[in-house]
Amino acid sequence: MFESWGRYPKATQTVVPLAWRSDALPAASQPVLAVGQGRSYGDVCLNDGGMVLPTGGLDRFISFDEKSGVVRCEAGMTFADLISFALPRGYFVPVVPGTQIVSVGGAIANDIHGKNHARAGCFGRHVRWLELLRSDGERKECVPGDPLFAATVAGLGLTGLITAAEIQLVPVSGPFVVEQTVPFRTLDEFFEIDAGSRDFEYTVAWIDAFSREVRGIYHRGDHSQRPGRAAPARPPRDVPLDLPSFVLSAPAVRAFNALVALKGRLGKKQRETDVRSFFFPLDRIGRWNRIYGERGFFQFQCVVPTRDNVRDLLGRVRISGQGSFLAVLKTFGDVPSPGLLSFPRPGITLTLDFANRGPETLRLLGELEAVVCAASGALYPAKDATMSARTFAASYPRLAEFERFVDPGFSSSFWRRVARA
Amino acid sequence: MKRVVVLGATSAIAQHVARLYAEQGASLFLVARNPDRLAAVAADALTRGATQVETAVLDLDDLGAHQRLFDAAEAALGPPDIVLVAHGVLGSREAGPEEAPAILRTDLVSPTSLLLHAARRMEIRRAGTLAGISSVAGDRGRAANPVYGAAKAGLTALLSALRQRLSPSGVSVLTVKPGFVNTPMTAHLPAMPFAVGPDRVAKDIVRALERGADVVYTPAIWRLIMLVVRVLPERLFKKLSF
Repeated sequence: MFESWGRYPKATQTVVPLAWRSDALPAASQPVLAVGQGRSYGDVCLNDGGMVLPTGGLDRFISFDEKSGVVRCEAGMTFADLISFALPRGYFVPVVPGTQIVSVGGAIANDIHGKNHARAGCFGRHVRWLELLRSDGERKECVPGDPLFAATVAGLGLTGLITAAEIQLVPVSGPFVVEQTVPFRTLDEFFEIDAGSRDFEYTVAWIDAFSREVRGIYHRGDHSQRPGRAAPARPPRDVPLDLPSFVLSAPAVRAFNALVALKGRLGKKQRETDVRSFFFPLDRIGRWNRIYGERGFFQFQCVVPTRDNVRDLLGRVRISGQGSFLAVLKTFGDVPSPGLLSFPRPGITLTLDFANRGPETLRLLGELEAVVCAASGALYPAKDATMSARTFAASYPRLAEFERFVDPGFSSSFWRRVARA
Repeated sequence: MKRVVVLGATSAIAQHVARLYAEQGASLFLVARNPDRLAAVAADALTRGATQVETAVLDLDDLGAHQRLFDAAEAALGPPDIVLVAHGVLGSREAGPEEAPAILRTDLVSPTSLLLHAARRMEIRRAGTLAGISSVAGDRGRAANPVYGAAKAGLTALLSALRQRLSPSGVSVLTVKPGFVNTPMTAHLPAMPFAVGPDRVAKDIVRALERGADVVYTPAIWRLIMLVVRVLPERLFKKLSF
């Protein structure tokens, strides 16, 4: 069965893997949806009652220019493979999310962002070209500036099958990152540190969502100038089975978060680390979504304009008692996002995990959604399984413009849920 | 740098072997039927670092073209260090007398012709390595895939014979016996025991080629499994349903 990373909702769908970029789309009587590595959390990568087309077989390079760092590859290529290719050649992927087990196509379709959003903007800004296969059989090549390009970047796979893309890589001296960690004890301290971190390429903070004053650890870093070879990537150790629910009981999570906070309290630290451990610490644990058990979990990621909004959201989470292993807090920069439906916009983005405990969890998510809406913020489709059609329309003002580019042969569970209006 | 001829270059395993040699900077001569797919594999190999990539579009069932094919490969790269025969079709439990000749042609007749052509050339040069992708299915015929099993048993026997014949000439012959391999086309099927990806199979093949090995089971656990399967008495074996 094909699941999203949050394992909620469950979907029944026909699975037809793709192997060749030159092939036609499989004949389908129902709408289809391309899926990459299935790392989005909710239902943007699900197509209940329809057909999904896993793109893992579209993993070939097409060309690379060593001088300019421009790489062209098929859309199923994972960031892991792309990084393994780029690093020894003196390049890195311009924007990476929290896992390297994502595909290039998925990164475009969700217009992902990373720890360098303030400087680099979203991934879509670094895409120079893409090829789209539409359900009528037409292949369309799109470049920045084309309306179809703006619809396809962050287009959630709804404008057709992205078969290939060209990406501008960034030059790096080697595979290392100089990382600083700075503990903080209040939300205001977080913003002080954040304001003082403008010179760093990468910034993000992990917070303890249970703590009254929002303690946490601020991570910031830059590519190291030191050349070298990356240690060979170790295969991850998989979580062997779905864990029972007491593992995630409030006291257990509290204890875990307190332990991490304690580690951070030792003060500001600097170290040099491998890019993979800096950007993808969770990749060392394969299938970590299993810790949330068979019922799955929700990831909630929003962007809101003010620190009071963040305080409000965290206060409600704390009162609900439904936390959350480490939560993530980060400020977005004002680099414009290229997609009609891109999520990042100036403000503060907060990310929380919630085990699926049924109605009480849905109630909390609804409450948080209302706060985000009232603040004129937005929720991130790649993480979402519950937002209403009204919220989606309100927080994505270019939705009507986008709808014109949706390929009638493509759909997703997410799309049918939020386009209901 | 190595010169490698890959026959059936668009098969999942062959693609990954080509990738590994490309990353070593090898020169490649890739052969497959479908021009678009072949071009995609060739561009990938070139991008990954192959020194040279030449291609030929050919249906390898066309036995009459084999002689010219090796001529073309030699003209393009020079005499090859490695010839890998990787093409094949899977067949099925239901394959009847109507389907059997085509399966045998692709899985046995065509590889036999290619391997004999390549063997003759390497024997004269007294250098090179031949490799054929057979299967654990060739170790003992099973109801699950009779014609395929018969073809692979024949291919295994041929490779063994060539190994003996070419040994005095310093030419090594590798028999590759993969177990279940997950490819994009099998991703939706129920999980098979000890199944691995084609990348893992390719790694085992390249390592075996570098060692000059005779037979490689991939993953290695299949050597043990097939040892047991082979010694089961027929009286018992015929009652089993795996």
